[in-house]
Amino acid sequence: MPSPDDRAALAGRDRGLLSDVEFVALSGISKSYGGTTALESVDLRIRRASIHAILGENGAGKSTLIKVLTGVVRPDAGTVTIEGAAFAVRSPATAAAAGIACVFQELSLVPDLSVADNIFLARGTGPLGFIDRRRQQKAAEALLRELGSEVRPTDIVRSLTLSEAQLVEIAKAMAKRPRLLILDEATSALGEQQVGRLFEILRRLRSEGVSILYITHRMHEVDTLCDTCSVFRNGRHVETFPQGERSPDAVVELMLGRSVSQIYPAKPAPAAGQPLLDVRDLSWDGRIDKVSFVVRPGEIYGIGGLDGHGQQETLLALFGVLRNVTGEVRFDGRSVHIGSPGRAKGRALGIALVPEDRKSEGLHLPLTIAHNLTLSVLNRLTRFGVINGGRQRRLVDDLMRRLQIKSSSPKAPVSSLSGGNQQKVVLAKWLACDPRLILLCDPTRGIDVGTKAEIYALLRRLADEGAAIVLHTTDYDELIGLCDRVGIFYGGTILRELTGDALNERNILRASFALATDGPTDSGGH
Amino acid sequence: MVATEISPARRSRPPLSLPPGAWRLALPLVVLAVLFAVLIAIHPRGLAVASMTPWANQAVTLAFVAVGQFFVVVTRGLDLSIGAVLALSNALASELVSGTPVEIAVGVVAVLAVGCLCGAINGAAVVFGRIQPIVATLATGAIYTGLALIVRPTPGGDVDEALSDMLTYETFGFFPTSLILLFAVVYLVWWPLSRTVLGRSLYAIGSNESAAFMSGLNPKRARLLAHVLAGFFAACGGLFLAFQTLSGDASVGFSYTLNSIAAVVIGGASLAGGVGTVIGVIAGAYLLRTISTIMIFTGLPPMAQPLFEGLVLLAAVSVGAIEMITSRNKLKVLR
Ligand SMILES: Nc1ncnc2c1ncn2[C@@H]1O[C@H](COP(=O)(O)OP(=O)(O)OP(=O)(O)O)[C@@H](O)[C@H]1O
Ligand SMILES: [Mg+2]
Repeated sequence: MPSPDDRAALAGRDRGLLSDVEFVALSGISKSYGGTTALESVDLRIRRASIHAILGENGAGKSTLIKVLTGVVRPDAGTVTIEGAAFAVRSPATAAAAGIACVFQELSLVPDLSVADNIFLARGTGPLGFIDRRRQQKAAEALLRELGSEVRPTDIVRSLTLSEAQLVEIAKAMAKRPRLLILDEATSALGEQQVGRLFEILRRLRSEGVSILYITHRMHEVDTLCDTCSVFRNGRHVETFPQGERSPDAVVELMLGRSVSQIYPAKPAPAAGQPLLDVRDLSWDGRIDKVSFVVRPGEIYGIGGLDGHGQQETLLALFGVLRNVTGEVRFDGRSVHIGSPGRAKGRALGIALVPEDRKSEGLHLPLTIAHNLTLSVLNRLTRFGVINGGRQRRLVDDLMRRLQIKSSSPKAPVSSLSGGNQQKVVLAKWLACDPRLILLCDPTRGIDVGTKAEIYALLRRLADEGAAIVLHTTDYDELIGLCDRVGIFYGGTILRELTGDALNERNILRASFALATDGPTDSGGH
Repeated sequence: MVATEISPARRSRPPLSLPPGAWRLALPLVVLAVLFAVLIAIHPRGLAVASMTPWANQAVTLAFVAVGQFFVVVTRGLDLSIGAVLALSNALASELVSGTPVEIAVGVVAVLAVGCLCGAINGAAVVFGRIQPIVATLATGAIYTGLALIVRPTPGGDVDEALSDMLTYETFGFFPTSLILLFAVVYLVWWPLSRTVLGRSLYAIGSNESAAFMSGLNPKRARLLAHVLAGFFAACGGLFLAFQTLSGDASVGFSYTLNSIAAVVIGGASLAGGVGTVIGVIAGAYLLRTISTIMIFTGLPPMAQPLFEGLVLLAAVSVGAIEMITSRNKLKVLR
């Protein structure tokens, strides 16, 4: 926390003075895991009152850098200095004592405890370090409200959705009143409205002298928020420059070592013909309310809107995960009952779901990459119950190449991959089944720009080959750039459907808040 | 972008429904109440001091041991030496807890200290020796049993009778003193601890150890504490057993190890760690003992007792599946 003197000095003066003061410096930091070098003699200076972006492709070493700074892993070499004095970051507890707090990419919440207990997990709020439940509750409530979260301090974390959990993790870091706040892809599951609120808070913290390290793969967030950028590539710190000094294309080139000419593939002419998926009045548990839409083969149908208006539930219902769903689902012209994920995946339907939370729903973390990739298609790799090793190897190699999964070997456990590469494994696993209908929940969450472009191209290619794709995303850029038609959810139903020129940022936002949109629209469904 | 001030529809939740997981505590309490009613109905003396005190006394030892086991289970461990620690304390009590009041006091403190030491050794083996709790405590358990046999090769010994009478009869002429003792010890130890970060970290490391570590907690310290608590409560059980039987027996341990695990599970704790309450576990211990008492009074052959206890345990474990059956979203339970 800045001392009262600092605050006073800041109140009247421009923060430009303070932002020249170095707060944390890293020098010569190296870290390798077995054969993989995650960081190689990294030097980095973090100034006070600054929002400092750390950019780099998946596996560049960003999260490892953060883990070194927060004492989660020990570097093989190098030193950390805080305000000019050498500082031994021995554990997360010592980092916290030095005023460093972090929103971890993979979250650091304890599922069986309440939200309030999690926010104040390592600190008592009462006298002598005892836990004062009432005070803890109040403080948690205030923090959550400031972030615009609807969760209650008494909720058990296990029952939260991913975006809710992410906000709790942010509240937890803020509760420490840090001098250095680190956000490692902290907004990857948040909607635009929540991100907007968070940015206001971060700017306020900066004006109070707090240093912020901000890691993201969303370039527009860097433009609107950050003042300094550092680019990492293959474990090395490539360059640091003031934000705005380089064009977005130049930044991408620095990150990837090559340029990406086009992020989104060209959209084809509107698909005609019989719908593959025809959903009529789908309802569930008061959270989905008469959702109707159609998707044709060759189409990418986007699902947008503010977080928690029934988008995810709709995808889960279509995959047979929810019980007691009402309404009609027609598949290829026939009315079908999707009772279980097993039936959805089966040969008759061929539906794939790329789930929201990769850690619990998409991956078996201790198993190898190869195992994870082939788990859902084992029956096609076996003959008389015996796995054909050659075929499995070819399939795995092919998938790893197509999605550019960065790892030392297909035999490495998935838990050793960087966050973005884990997400690619989830995607690859489902693409291996050659599905006819692909349901995707934020498929590019935590994926770098270069790979994003490739995943977009891949999805478009799958659509061109005749698959129907339903894509739920919190990134409106993706809805506009990639999707043919977009249904905006509000209150559990599709309030507006946007296509062509009407599919723009302004209309998406207005529809998300149930305001009138301009241009030709089609109000939901048929 | 401009964030317009319209908040999304608030997630609706019925205001009076049980919080998630509350059934884990409610169920053993309700079942215990039902069994208690059955017991009173069939007991020849009905609801009387002469029936209540034996009922209360009978389960106190197991309740102490189960509470100790709970602290290890909640950190996602298992203490297979807990019965052996009970036997060792019981044997030591029959040697030390007699004589002048000062000698008795010193004896009680010594027995409790040995229990804590046994727990600390278990904890050290797990934390610093990096041995799995089950394996570590299997080994140390054998050692503690051996020590107990050295202290008391055959059942016998001497325990102060005045203190025994005080603890195993009634307070105010009607309330079983053993229950007061049980709740007083648990309250004095766990109530303050549960209000500290260290106490909360027991649950946290059982629920997700790496998250707990990343949050700045000290998993080693918490795990060590869990084992020391287990040793302490096992020693409490051993002491009480000595007061009850006025002697020591080095061979009582094994059934207590298994029954303590059963009581913990029946009491609503999860062997996967992170979940459970001390009250639920005490209810679980009483529930198990009440079943045996009922069976004695209904005249069922004693041989059938393990069978019934097994069925109850199976039922308790199946209840854990209720969450999965009643959940409307099949994915939620996987988290
Ligand atoms: N526990 C581990 N064991 C082995 N290798 C690891 C481990 N953690 C990270 N790595 C490797 O270190 C490298 C850097 O990983 P890191 O998580 O820092 O990447 P990142 O920049 O955060 O990527 P992303 O954007 O995908 O999150 C990767 O090649 C990764 O495979
Ligand atoms: Mg990362």
